[in-house]
Amino acid sequence: MLELSSIHSYYGKSHILEGVSLAVGEGELVSLLGRNGAGKTTTLLSIVGVVRPASGSVTFAGQELVGREIYEIARMGISLVPEHRGIFSMLTVEENLAIAVRPGEWTLKNIYEFFPVLYERRRNGGGALSGGEQQMLSIARGLLTNPEMLLLDEPTEGLAPVIIEDIVRALIKIKQTGMSVLLVEQNLLICEKLADRHYVIEEGRIVYSGNAADFARDHATVRDRYLAV
Amino acid sequence: MLYLFQVLNGLGLGMIYFLISAGLTIIFGLLNFVNFAHGAFFMLGGYLCWSLTELTGNFWLSLLIGPPAVACLAWVAEAALIRRIYRLPHTFHILVTVGIALILQETTIMIWGPTGKNIPVPAGLQGVVTLWNFAYPTYRLFLIAFTSLIGLALWYLLEQTRFGGLVRAGSESAEMVSLLGTNIHRLFARTFALGVGLAGLAGVLSAPIRGVHPFMGPEVLGIAFVVVVIGGMGSFTGALLGGLLVGLVQSLMSTIWPEGANLMIYGAMAAVILLRPYGLFGRA
Repeated sequence: MLELSSIHSYYGKSHILEGVSLAVGEGELVSLLGRNGAGKTTTLLSIVGVVRPASGSVTFAGQELVGREIYEIARMGISLVPEHRGIFSMLTVEENLAIAVRPGEWTLKNIYEFFPVLYERRRNGGGALSGGEQQMLSIARGLLTNPEMLLLDEPTEGLAPVIIEDIVRALIKIKQTGMSVLLVEQNLLICEKLADRHYVIEEGRIVYSGNAADFARDHATVRDRYLAV
Repeated sequence: MLYLFQVLNGLGLGMIYFLISAGLTIIFGLLNFVNFAHGAFFMLGGYLCWSLTELTGNFWLSLLIGPPAVACLAWVAEAALIRRIYRLPHTFHILVTVGIALILQETTIMIWGPTGKNIPVPAGLQGVVTLWNFAYPTYRLFLIAFTSLIGLALWYLLEQTRFGGLVRAGSESAEMVSLLGTNIHRLFARTFALGVGLAGLAGVLSAPIRGVHPFMGPEVLGIAFVVVVIGGMGSFTGALLGGLLVGLVQSLMSTIWPEGANLMIYGAMAAVILLRPYGLFGRA
C-alpha cells in the first residue's frame, strides 16, 4: 500500500536519509525503530511531504507522492500524528477535532465514544490537556480525517506507564478496524506488542527488517546492537 | 454634552479603526505577513464609494459593491504577487506591499485627480437624531450600529465556523493545518482577501464623514499599526479594544488639546507597550 524506495532526504547540507526503503501493506501495523537522530521522524516527514526527498520514490496505492503538496497527500488518505502532537492550544478540544473532520466512518460522535476523556474535556483549551490527553486528541484528530493509513511518531514518548497502556489499547483497537499503520517508536516492547513487522533504522539506513517471529528471536541482538544508548 | 458628543464620535471612529486593524491583524496572525498596502486598499474603498455614489446616486450600492471589489483586487494581488513572498523575511513583505500601495496611490491620482473629494451623507441618514436636548448626526449613529453588527458577524465567522477555526489553527501552525488536508494556499488567499476587504469596507463607511484624498492611505495605515500594537499582533479582541481606545483618545483630545491629538495616540501606545510589551491581548 505504502512503499518507499531508496529515499534520500537532506536538512540543508546534512544527509539524513541515505536510501531508505520500506513497505507497509494494507491493514498491516509496521514499526520503525531506532535511536534518536536515526532518521525515524525524517522518514515520516518525507512521506507526508513536509520534507521533500532529493531522490527516491514514495508510492501510496500506486501513486507517486514525492513532489505533491502536503494537503494533497493528506487527502489521498495518509494522516500523520506528529512527534509533538501538533495540538492547537488556542482552540478547544472540540475545535481541534472539528477542523479535521472529513467524510467517512469516523465522526465526532464515535470518536468521543472511542476516547471518552476527550468528550469530558471537549470545551477545554487544547493547551490545557495533559500529555496523554493531547496524544489521544492528536490520534483522534488524525482518525477524523478518515485516512487509510496512520503514521504515528512516538505516540508514547514522555508519558507515564499507565497512560502508555491506554494509548496501546487504543492502538490495538484502531488496528482491529483494519487501519494500516506505520508506527515510529523507541520502545521495543510496545512495538513487539503491536506490530506485524518491524524495521530498524540507523544513521539514515534500514539495518534490520523482520516479521514478528524473526523479531522475537532477534530481540536481544536488535536491542543491544541498534537501540542501546 | 460636548463630551458625550466626542465619546460617540470616538466610538464611531474607533469602530472604523477596528475594521481596518482587524483585517491587518488577521492577515498577520495567519499568514505572518505584514501588509503595508492595507491603507491603500482602505483609500480605494473610499474612492469606489465616491465613484459609485456619483454614478448611481446610491450610497448603499457602493456599500454592497465596494468592499467585495476591493477584496477581489486583493485576491488577484495575492495570487499574482504576494503568495510568492510569504516565505521571505518581513523586509520583503514591506518592500512589495509598499510598492503595491504606491501603485494604488498613483493610479488613484491618475483616475480621480490629486485633490480630495467629498461624499454626501446617504439619503435617509442625513440630519440629526435628537434625544431631549442632545442632537447627534444620524449617519454617525448608523455607523456605530452597523460596524457593531459587522464586528459580531466577524466574531461569529472567526469563532464559530470551520473557516474561522482553520484561520485560528493556521495562526498556530500552518503546516499542521495542511497535514489535516486543508488547502493552505486557498485558506491564505481567502484570509488575505477577507482582511483587505475589511479595509475596503472601512473605507466606504468612513467616506461620507471624512471624504477621500489620495494620501489618506499612509495616514490610516499608521493608526492601524498603532491599534494592532496596542491590541497585540494577531488578536481580534485586541483590535477591537485597541481601535476603540485610539478612536476615543483621538476624539476626546481633539476637544481638550487639538494640537496633541495625534501625539496622545502614540502616547497611549507607548503606555500600553511599557505595561504589556506584547499588547493587551498579545502573545510572545
